[in-house]
Amino acid sequence: MTTATDPGGGSFRPSMLIYDSRYRSATIQIVALIGFLLLIGWLVSNTVQNLADLGKSVGFGFLSEPAGYDINQRLLDYDSRDSHARAGLMGLLNTLLIAVMGCIMATIVGVIIGVLRLSNNWLVARIMTVYVEMFRNVPVLLWIVFSMAILIETLPPPSAYRGEDPAASMYLGDSVALTNRGVYVPEPLFGRTDEEGNPLSWRQGLGDVHLFGDAWLRFDVSLELIVVLSTLIAGILTSGLIKRRADRIQNRTGLRPRTWHWRAAAIILPSVIALWLMGFYLGKPELRGFNFAGGTHMRNSFIALWLALSLYTAAFVAEIVRGGILAISGGQTEAAAALGIRPRRIMSLVILPQALRVIIPPLISQYLNLTKNSSLAIAVGYMDLTGTLMGITLNQTGRELEAVMMTMLIYLLISLAISGAMNIYNNSVKLKER
Amino acid sequence: MSTLELEPSVDTSKMQISDEVAIQIENMNKWFGTFHVLRDIDLTVYRGERIVICGPSGSGKSTLIRCINRLEEHQQGKIVVDGTELNSDLKNVDKVRSDVGMVFQHFNLFPHLTVLENCTLAPIWVRKVPRKEAVDRAMHFLEKVKIPEQANKYPGQLSGGQQQRVAIARSLCMMPRIMLFDEPTSALDPEMIKEVLDTMIELAEEGMTMLCVTHEMGFAQAVANRVIFMADGQIVEQNEPKEFFNNPKSERTQQFLSQIIGH
Amino acid sequence: MADYSYVRKDMLPEREPPASAVGILGWLRENLFSGWFNSILTVLSLFFIYWILAAIIPWLWSPTWGAGSLSACREIIAELGKEHGGACYGVITERWQQLLFGFYPDELRWRPILTFVGLFVALAPVLFTDTAPRKLLWFTGAYLFLAPWLMWGGAIWTPLLVAAGPVLGFVAYRFLHGVIGNLASVILGVLIPVLFWLFLVGPISNGLYSIIPLGIEVVESRLFGGFMLSVWIGVVAISISLVLGVVLALGRQSDLLIVKYLSVGFIEFIRGVPLITLLFVASTLLNIFMPPGTNFDIILRVMIMATLFASAYIAEVVRGGLAALPRGQYEAADALGLDYWKAQRLIILPQALKISIPGIVSTFIGLFKDTTLVSIIGLLDPIGLTGSIRADANWNGIVWELYGFIALLFFLSCFAMSRYSMWLEKKLRKDHK
Repeated sequence: MTTATDPGGGSFRPSMLIYDSRYRSATIQIVALIGFLLLIGWLVSNTVQNLADLGKSVGFGFLSEPAGYDINQRLLDYDSRDSHARAGLMGLLNTLLIAVMGCIMATIVGVIIGVLRLSNNWLVARIMTVYVEMFRNVPVLLWIVFSMAILIETLPPPSAYRGEDPAASMYLGDSVALTNRGVYVPEPLFGRTDEEGNPLSWRQGLGDVHLFGDAWLRFDVSLELIVVLSTLIAGILTSGLIKRRADRIQNRTGLRPRTWHWRAAAIILPSVIALWLMGFYLGKPELRGFNFAGGTHMRNSFIALWLALSLYTAAFVAEIVRGGILAISGGQTEAAAALGIRPRRIMSLVILPQALRVIIPPLISQYLNLTKNSSLAIAVGYMDLTGTLMGITLNQTGRELEAVMMTMLIYLLISLAISGAMNIYNNSVKLKER
Repeated sequence: MSTLELEPSVDTSKMQISDEVAIQIENMNKWFGTFHVLRDIDLTVYRGERIVICGPSGSGKSTLIRCINRLEEHQQGKIVVDGTELNSDLKNVDKVRSDVGMVFQHFNLFPHLTVLENCTLAPIWVRKVPRKEAVDRAMHFLEKVKIPEQANKYPGQLSGGQQQRVAIARSLCMMPRIMLFDEPTSALDPEMIKEVLDTMIELAEEGMTMLCVTHEMGFAQAVANRVIFMADGQIVEQNEPKEFFNNPKSERTQQFLSQIIGH
Repeated sequence: MADYSYVRKDMLPEREPPASAVGILGWLRENLFSGWFNSILTVLSLFFIYWILAAIIPWLWSPTWGAGSLSACREIIAELGKEHGGACYGVITERWQQLLFGFYPDELRWRPILTFVGLFVALAPVLFTDTAPRKLLWFTGAYLFLAPWLMWGGAIWTPLLVAAGPVLGFVAYRFLHGVIGNLASVILGVLIPVLFWLFLVGPISNGLYSIIPLGIEVVESRLFGGFMLSVWIGVVAISISLVLGVVLALGRQSDLLIVKYLSVGFIEFIRGVPLITLLFVASTLLNIFMPPGTNFDIILRVMIMATLFASAYIAEVVRGGLAALPRGQYEAADALGLDYWKAQRLIILPQALKISIPGIVSTFIGLFKDTTLVSIIGLLDPIGLTGSIRADANWNGIVWELYGFIALLFFLSCFAMSRYSMWLEKKLRKDHK
């Protein structure tokens, strides 16, 4: 058997590098690679020379030096004597916090608005269209500074809550206070104690576990929370079992037993009992002197960023949801209705499973955008990754190269994680087609 | 499967087969991944031959003619077209492609160009023909496929049959010595098949060397001098049309013919 | 068996539909009060609209256009006896030019205006392919080199020499094509203009200017600001990124693994990091990456980074366009003997780019909105200018009027662009059928 790829009897001529399909691709790739390496080399040599001229070196030792600045909103304990690395960690956690909270709210608002845009009530649909156009045609940064201004300019100062006849009053049974310094909400606590720290009841909670000693990664895990969360997960799993039993019964007999109340009870009851056993209570904010104490203080910077990011993203989510539903409904609804399926089941059996396929990939890329946009926190002073590592740490240490590169790398990892999740999802729901 | 009810009358005066070899395929093999699509293909086509290739779907017939202008690359064996061997030398590939015309099942006209521009594009950019001459040539062939009046329309404005005739004219503008047809009528509505087949018959009458994958058995009987039946990537049977249709030798062929003509 | 045979004797005339189905009443019934739930929604919506308008309109209705300071505004409003205060438009009257042009010299403002008007003329043949005359494409080509000259000023020789770059590259390609082969001549054809721009344009232009001093006044980029800055960064970044983006998209679609992974790596890196980090690179690092002694000013650096940013997004848009083309187009081009570059230039890209235009417009809208981020690194775009306006004692404490004005301008331009993009999408879909 002869081989096809045998041009010109095997003798090699230089022109074959370009005119022979076996060598041509290698030639082009090597040229491209050399060009790329030259570019990188050029950039690196420039950088090295410039840094030498400035008398700077490259190193990451600065990360273990004390940061020396305060972070007013943080998820773990931190003070200004902690290292830059821990300050950066606080920033990263704040980024993740705003991203998760933002995505949740954007999804809720976006789905509602997207569905209402399809309402057959003309007025409602119009209002939602105005919302969508208004939010997505104005820069998100403007929405962020605008929300911040609204919070600062329109909410009462804490002092308005003072006195016999206060100008402002708290909401929800004296548990939520909106002030121009931020929003105070009740804080979940376990194991009530008196002033000396002695437990007031036998339900005293379990305390915390300290991980990583004194290292920059240290954090405390509340055992009560673990107990409650694991009860909740167990409840959800039980509920899944009940659903599966219902499926089995339906398969066998054709009739589906009503199970939603059992399933709800399986999720809610054990968790409530666990909360009670752990001595759960809400620590309400109280006015002490000129300010509120107790409770959780959500600063204006956080609220403004959260509102602006989620309302802005919600406009895009609404369009995605609307598009997804429009893409599927029509023929599919008619086909299902013609089979005699009731409207509610049409939605859950036919429309949603297909619409989700269309909706979820762009939805996740909106989550990605929201996460990246959360870096605009710096405009309102919320200390996220940009504000700590690429902000104050950079300014104090003068380590531009290291700080900016690290920040980019961390954001890149977050993005890759999100898009990795999206790829897994896409592959799992891909329509089986020839 | 649509077949022509009546055998068209064909003027055979200019259909002459010479001894000159147009395409020589020796021991050719091709795989898609691990799937062996073409197995030990040996085929010699002489200048002036009109060959119809038929067979069940997935038998490799399209892949075979796509190998002849290297839209697909073969992995073993030898293909020589007009004396030029198809191998990794890209100059040879370019030469063969500009000498061999191809008509696709889905026309593949360029929708952003007018019919005339579709026809002049390759002559101008590949053959380096002066624009004026390219236009004259294009009009000549458009007249030949009987749609000169559509020259300034866009492909999207034409019917399927008209589009396929433009595709034929576009190939002819490169003055090919061999034409390959890959199921040229399969994507057409029944009433448009005839106009395309008429054009192909006219080409055959002028002595063009043609390889045609088609299920139009009326066309095969009237025009072809040889019918090749392929199955499972192999040439199972080849014969002149009369013998092939009236007296098929292999069981696979008999089964295939009974399926497409039986109803 | 029933007898169902029947023949109509006289045909029925056309009749009006029932009154409840047509006219305003019918419409109201259909769209607002089709059921109790719908009616409740309508009432709630009407209340919501009233609530919003009642809060905003009294505030908007405020004759303060002539006030020279915030306190003057407050006096006017107090005289009118308005309870909830009112807008202070004096700041817009006084500062609208600054919000539009930044600190661009007053007497030279015709230049950005001319550039802006020229932009529409230059875009017409691209955006309205059916109606605009094709000859305008020549203007589009010339505009690419004239616009920066109008904005920054300087010797007329500079744009002419810059425009000579591609010509030089093409001539080099043509001459060398036969001598050293296709690939090498393409590389040289790209390299020669780049080197020419980097090393020769400056000296030659200076030389020519000293002989024939033809030129307009130079405006430094630190004077750029306001909307002009946003539009200018957006336009420059998008125009250059179109070229880069097409190259990246072709790279990503390529069979050549190294080329493919280099493109994918670049695109995914840029799309994976927030724009603000890239702007920090512009403000702190870019000069470190450049050869010692280079000192690009901050606006130029921002433009470089914005271009890289936009090119990754454009690349994805163009990739979508490439992927949407049927395989048959590539095969037909191959079968006719067109080589890769000819097939791309004559067959693939014209079609892929055409279907990418809506995506490109969306990318531009996104980038235009994102240009506000430059305020974070201290540039005076509209949001950056609000800070400096508030620093003026007269306008200390003014918020809503400025943000409202900026939001309105952004809204109008972005809304118009997105409508155009939707119109085009619809048209493309119609053409396709």
